[in-house]
Amino acid sequence: MKLNRRKFIKRTLIALATVEAFFLLRGSVNKVDTSSGTTELFNAGKATAFDKNKLYPFLTGQFFLKRFEDGGFLAMSFKCTHLGCVVNTNSKTGGFNCPCHASQFNKFGEVLSAPATRPLDYFPITIEKGELLIDTRKPIRRSSFNKSQLTYL
Amino acid sequence: MTNTNQEDKTPSSIEKFILHLHPAKIDSRAIKINRTFGLGGVCALLFIILCLTGLLLRFSYIPTVEHAYDSILGLKNNTVFGQFIRNLHHLSAKLMIVASFLHLVRVYYTQSIFLKRGENWIYGLLMMFLVLASSFTGYLLPWDQLAYWAVTVITQIIEYIPFIGHSLAYVVRGSETVDGNTLLNFYTLHTGIIPLLFIFLMCMHFWLVRKAGGIALPQQEEQQKVDVIPNLVSKEIMLACIVIAGLFLTAAFYDAPLLDQANPLKSPNPSKAPWYFLGAQELLLHLHPFFSAVIIPFATALFFFGLPYYKYNNLNIGVWFNSPLGKKITIQSSIIAFVFTFALIYLFEHFFHFDLWLSNWPGVISTGLIPFLFYAVPVAAYLLFWNKKHQANRTELIMACTSIILSSYICMLLISLLLRGEGMLMIF
Ligand code: FES
Repeated sequence: MKLNRRKFIKRTLIALATVEAFFLLRGSVNKVDTSSGTTELFNAGKATAFDKNKLYPFLTGQFFLKRFEDGGFLAMSFKCTHLGCVVNTNSKTGGFNCPCHASQFNKFGEVLSAPATRPLDYFPITIEKGELLIDTRKPIRRSSFNKSQLTYL
Repeated sequence: MTNTNQEDKTPSSIEKFILHLHPAKIDSRAIKINRTFGLGGVCALLFIILCLTGLLLRFSYIPTVEHAYDSILGLKNNTVFGQFIRNLHHLSAKLMIVASFLHLVRVYYTQSIFLKRGENWIYGLLMMFLVLASSFTGYLLPWDQLAYWAVTVITQIIEYIPFIGHSLAYVVRGSETVDGNTLLNFYTLHTGIIPLLFIFLMCMHFWLVRKAGGIALPQQEEQQKVDVIPNLVSKEIMLACIVIAGLFLTAAFYDAPLLDQANPLKSPNPSKAPWYFLGAQELLLHLHPFFSAVIIPFATALFFFGLPYYKYNNLNIGVWFNSPLGKKITIQSSIIAFVFTFALIYLFEHFFHFDLWLSNWPGVISTGLIPFLFYAVPVAAYLLFWNKKHQANRTELIMACTSIILSSYICMLLISLLLRGEGMLMIF
């Protein structure tokens, strides 16, 4: 197929218009966030109330709170990073299993077996007056577990 | 039944209308049922049934998270024939997917997509996409567990597209997760935009068929023409009656499924995609998402859209499988692809664990490229074998490729549908 100047200009214009249309459409069909009160942090309660080496599910906050042996807290999203199913806890390994396509995660949320390709996302924790406040608005992606993700008293 | 002495009568207005859809006379070979199996017509009929039942359903359906599920229950318990209409809608949608897929297969293997029909093939593929899209958007509306998780799984796949994936998924869902916004989006698409687009494409599709001179037939010196009314029309009415009767009968005894109300905090085990997407979900189990959600779907789509335009050296328009060799290669490659896909999946399930063996390699290679090569290399070798041993030329090889793709997809779909139980593990 030969591409002369007219055709080239015509196609460029069409391509540009398509991109523009996409953005316009995207802008106009986007919805205003109607859920109110999401600006608040999730309060999980007194930090000292959690035992070491234990896992606490917070279904309403959509995360698992893990306190490790050294006292560090990690709040992991319960959404599988593969396609977003809710993972189950696995009491044998202390980790998580996904019911949808059988991904497995260890207790740090790292992938033990595919198809998931990255560890479970985590939420930042701050401690104020001894209470654990968890920011559930935006999950943080990570490629592996490291100490800096933990929060200490 | 050939009636030829109709000329003296002026056609009634209904007959005139029919003559706008069909020409007055057509080739007698075109009305043989095993030429087309009436599949395109069945699709059009199903679309009409879907529109009518859908319009009725709109009277009782409320597209909000709080009321969607209850409105379906109300439909079931308090409306006269409510459940029946819902069943009819559900069954027609299922049948439409099957019928449109078979129509696509029929059109391709009778080699009716080339030259001026190429454009119509594109419209057909777009409509196939719309059929899937409308089924999928309708899937969410009952807002039960099945619907919720199936849609969660599929919309997350979109996020794997590099660069634009996230914002695209956001547009589709209207939010970060599947919620009321998604329901509203899907409702609008399902009951407004998709049907409208579909009507437009359908008109183009029909008009282009007529413009190309009706359905594609093999070249022949002598043509025998017959009147469309009543020869073709009577057959169409008969087929329509059979389909409608079958649908009504099934809808009276088979209820459209409705699980518990959607619960975003608990995934059912196993969570499966809608059945027609199960092949894609199966692919996701074995391949890195970059391959299974991006490269392979796009390559396949490109391949199908390009089908009429590759350089062929022996077109045999209207002839099933192009040639005897084509027939042989189609049948053989479909069977081999089916068995091979099955065996490969079985091996990957139970013996090959590249993700563990090569755990310090990047995932794209260990769980993406390597399993992909396990499939691609034997397929390439198989095609080469046909090329060298049997002198299969490009037309036949492309036909083999199409057969391999279709047959592998069906194999994966069946495995996922029938052989996967709890935790999506194979049941044997
Ligand atoms: S969603 Fe968890 S494995 Fe697919």
